[in-house]
Amino acid sequence: MNFIIGAFKPACHISVAFSDAKSRKQVPLKKENGQTVMVPFFRSQENITGKISVEPILGKKVEHNGIKVELLGQIEMYFDKGNFYDFTSLVRELDVPGEIYERKTFPFEFSTVEMPYETYNGVNVRLRYVLKVTISRGYAGSITEYQDFVVRNYSPTPSINNSIKMEVGIEDCLHIEFEYNKSKYHLKDVILGKIYFLLVRIKIKNMDLEIRRRESTGSGPNTHVETETLAKFELMDGAPVRGESIPIRLFLSPYELTPTYRNINNKFSVKYYLNLVLVDEEDRRYFKQQEITMYRLGETS
Amino acid sequence: MMISNGIEDEEKWLAEGIAGIQHNAFYLHRAVDSNNLREALKYSAQLLSELRTSKLSPHKYYELYMRAFDELRRLEMFFKDEDRHGCSIVDLYELVQHAGNVLPRLYLLCTVGSVYIKSKEAPAKDVLKDLVEMCRAVQNPIRGLFLRSYLAQVSRDKLPDIGSEYEGEGDTVMDAVEFVLQNFTEMNKLWVRMQHQGPVREKEKLEKERSELRDLVGKNLHVLSQIEGVDLEIYRDAVLPRVLEQIVNCKDELAQYYLMDCIIQVFPDEYHLQTLETLLGACPQLQPTVDLKTVLSQLMERLSNYAASSPELLPEFLQVEAFSKLSNAIGKVIEAQVDMPIVGAITLYVSLLSFTLRVHPDRLDYVDQVLGACVKILSGKAKLEDSKATKQVVALLSAPLDKYDDIVTALTLSNYPRVMDHLDAGTNKIMAMVIIRSIMKNKTFVSTSDKVEVLFELIKGLIKDLEGISTDDLDEEDFNEEQNSVACLMHILYNDDPEEMLKIICTVWKHIMAGGPKRLPFTVPPLVFSALKLVRRLQGQDGDVAGEEVPATPRKIFQLLNQIIESLSVVPAPELALRLYLQCAEGANDCDLEPVAYDFFTQAFVLYEEEIADSKAQVTAIHLIIGTLQRMNVFGVENRDTLTHKATGYSAKLLKKPDQCRAVYACSHLFWVDDQDGIKDGERVLLCLKRSLRIANAAQQMANVTRGSSGPVTLFVEILNKYLYYFEKGNPQITASVIQGLIDLIKTEMQSDSATGGPASDAFFTSTLRYIQFQKQKGGAMGEKYEPIKL
Repeated sequence: MNFIIGAFKPACHISVAFSDAKSRKQVPLKKENGQTVMVPFFRSQENITGKISVEPILGKKVEHNGIKVELLGQIEMYFDKGNFYDFTSLVRELDVPGEIYERKTFPFEFSTVEMPYETYNGVNVRLRYVLKVTISRGYAGSITEYQDFVVRNYSPTPSINNSIKMEVGIEDCLHIEFEYNKSKYHLKDVILGKIYFLLVRIKIKNMDLEIRRRESTGSGPNTHVETETLAKFELMDGAPVRGESIPIRLFLSPYELTPTYRNINNKFSVKYYLNLVLVDEEDRRYFKQQEITMYRLGETS
Repeated sequence: MMISNGIEDEEKWLAEGIAGIQHNAFYLHRAVDSNNLREALKYSAQLLSELRTSKLSPHKYYELYMRAFDELRRLEMFFKDEDRHGCSIVDLYELVQHAGNVLPRLYLLCTVGSVYIKSKEAPAKDVLKDLVEMCRAVQNPIRGLFLRSYLAQVSRDKLPDIGSEYEGEGDTVMDAVEFVLQNFTEMNKLWVRMQHQGPVREKEKLEKERSELRDLVGKNLHVLSQIEGVDLEIYRDAVLPRVLEQIVNCKDELAQYYLMDCIIQVFPDEYHLQTLETLLGACPQLQPTVDLKTVLSQLMERLSNYAASSPELLPEFLQVEAFSKLSNAIGKVIEAQVDMPIVGAITLYVSLLSFTLRVHPDRLDYVDQVLGACVKILSGKAKLEDSKATKQVVALLSAPLDKYDDIVTALTLSNYPRVMDHLDAGTNKIMAMVIIRSIMKNKTFVSTSDKVEVLFELIKGLIKDLEGISTDDLDEEDFNEEQNSVACLMHILYNDDPEEMLKIICTVWKHIMAGGPKRLPFTVPPLVFSALKLVRRLQGQDGDVAGEEVPATPRKIFQLLNQIIESLSVVPAPELALRLYLQCAEGANDCDLEPVAYDFFTQAFVLYEEEIADSKAQVTAIHLIIGTLQRMNVFGVENRDTLTHKATGYSAKLLKKPDQCRAVYACSHLFWVDDQDGIKDGERVLLCLKRSLRIANAAQQMANVTRGSSGPVTLFVEILNKYLYYFEKGNPQITASVIQGLIDLIKTEMQSDSATGGPASDAFFTSTLRYIQFQKQKGGAMGEKYEPIKL
């Protein structure tokens, strides 16, 4: 669907305006051409209302077989390019077939739309929400216009949020106990914790905490897994001795994280891990990876 | 990893590091000037990344650190000004923690933290606690030490101390103490750990580098001591136990030594005094190789200075039993440090001794206790070989002497001689000299024979040959000096009570008898004179009370003297003995003890006859005998005749004519004692003079024969003078005409051979004549008497 405005002259100009555009929050969205644009963001079960105006090029008229607006939730797998999977599709008819001579405005409304999934731009998969306006024409082909918007869903503070505490080690070589204060973190959270060295027989050079994102797409034999390291945060410099405890304090806000997505529409999952890495003087790495659950906390402000 | 590739490489790395800092500083300044917080943070983090290097030695790392430090000060100013960067301090405190690398992150955190405290938007203690905790993340010793030192530096003026603006609202001085203590503990751990980093072969270099860093650790203690709110109570209950715990537990020699010293230096003496037990209690727990003697010496030195600063402090010292605590601690330290060389132990006791001498000068028992402890250490070991240890023992023994003007004090210390016994012979002597000098300097009289006994036991190295040391290889000059000192010493042994004095003399005698022939000539004379002095004192009161047992009578003393002088025969020293006999004879004379005096003369004559062979010595001896005899008035006629006869006889038998002549005319005085009741036998005087004239004549002739010219007329002039003496004294046998004859004779002699008179005898004669002329002109009775003599 290679739609570029101005590639060939459209017969008319279509614009979509949300009714609460002025008060609604806008967030950046990365388009497939690499540009970042600001788009409004909605949560599930919100009303999406607005006006669509069609304005023919001066002095021309637009004949059409009807105008409609669709709200689409699409999942796009990059290895399966061009093949969208619409998990949500709502349609509103705006106009019966006829002709438009001058600018005409159509209000539209999608009430309490179920948008269970969040907008997501991954390595191999994209989930997007879009309003699609179609002016159907018999012979000249339809005119379509898209308006992206972002969906983000807040989660309540989890009622159970245990800390992660674990003792790991290599026999007679290294024994550590680490603790992260929670297993579930919201996106602006701070990871607190500590690493306690029970036994150190290797010369450690430094210790990092990594945040890794594991995105798996497809299912069965076609599963693709992509892991990215989003953060590499040095926790410790130098070699500790037995009995030392090293504090952890990692602010998550600087990193571009999303909530954990589990099996979105059977198409993909996004999970987050904390990876504790110890590097010795010979640059050998010792690590332990723990999954954490990310969630989006409702903004209080 | 510390790999040293030589100094050049290090210079290169340092230069690179500095260049990196300068480069980023440029952009940092630009960012700060344009109030761009984001850029400022970015470049400051990059700048601080230069401190992540592992390639530099502490020395060079410090240089790099200082450059970064300067930049951080500038950054801090920027952080303070919220208007410029528009970020609240709380947000800023979070923002800097986004930095990915731990070292730059923590430097920035400390910098912001300092501003945070200053802003008072959070309690100081919370920020401090957070900072000191977060710094744990740097476990590399050098980087960690510098980071924490930076923390200490920026927080110094922001501690919630008493009177500080950061105190109050739950921020107490204890929070400040807690913070500094924790930083100290962590720094010390890092510092101690440094020694285990890097290859073993570079151990020495590492230790040197470590010691360069010690002040970073010690600074914390200094900060603690500067906290106003740390009063004695807090120091005793919180600070000291924690610091000591860390010192003991780190089990590192270098750290333990340095930090103990630090404690002693930075905290007030008053605190030390009140926490002595705790402080000292830690000492035996330290590593056995820690140089505790220096540490403890410092402590004692400080405490004694403190005690000296005000006399009111003394009760405090007594109350805390400072001495016994120190003494105990030293004992325990010596016990714990098995390998401590003996010099170390002695040094400790020297310090303790000077402490007690300064603080408790009245407590002799303390001094003796210290000496006793030394004896314990020295016992079981052979004589000291170690010269350093010997030096310390000398110092130990000298200290009480210097302190107490009264040597007698030292003599009452029962352990004093026992310590001396452990010195080698040479040092023993030196020590003995020190003792003597001290006595001489203070002019303290040693007044009982018991004390004398002790004293001589102490200086026995000088009094007699010690085992295994022969006197042969001694330097004669040194030996003489030593013995002269002993001689001097004897005059200071004195008691007003004659009985006790006699005891003293006997004691000394007993000791010097052991000295052998080399020493006796030095030691006998002072003893003899000392005894004679006693005799003189007795002679006034001596009534020889019949029937009463008086132990100290002159007679007894003379008996003793006889023995004493006799001992010189083993030397042999006949001339000396002779003089002493004569002295005694005089003493006896004054006591009216004729037989005794006679006896002494007899001894003198025996010596003269049998022992004195040298002609010159004979001349001297005979003149002495004559002189002494002349003054004797105790003798009866018979005894006197015998003795004068002997004396004149010996005079005439001297080897050389001139000597004979002079001795004989000297003998003339034996018959003319110019006293009221002295004998005045003019005839025999004249006889003597005539005899001497004859001898002079003979001498003259002999000279003629042998040399073809006459001898000196000096002898004649001398005899003339004798004539004149008796003439004036009114000897009837000496008349003007006799004198006239003699003068003429001399004139003839001189004219007959004017060549030989020599200017000396010429002058002598001339002035004699002038004297006669003078007397004549003076007139009066004497002028008349001289009148007939013509010149």
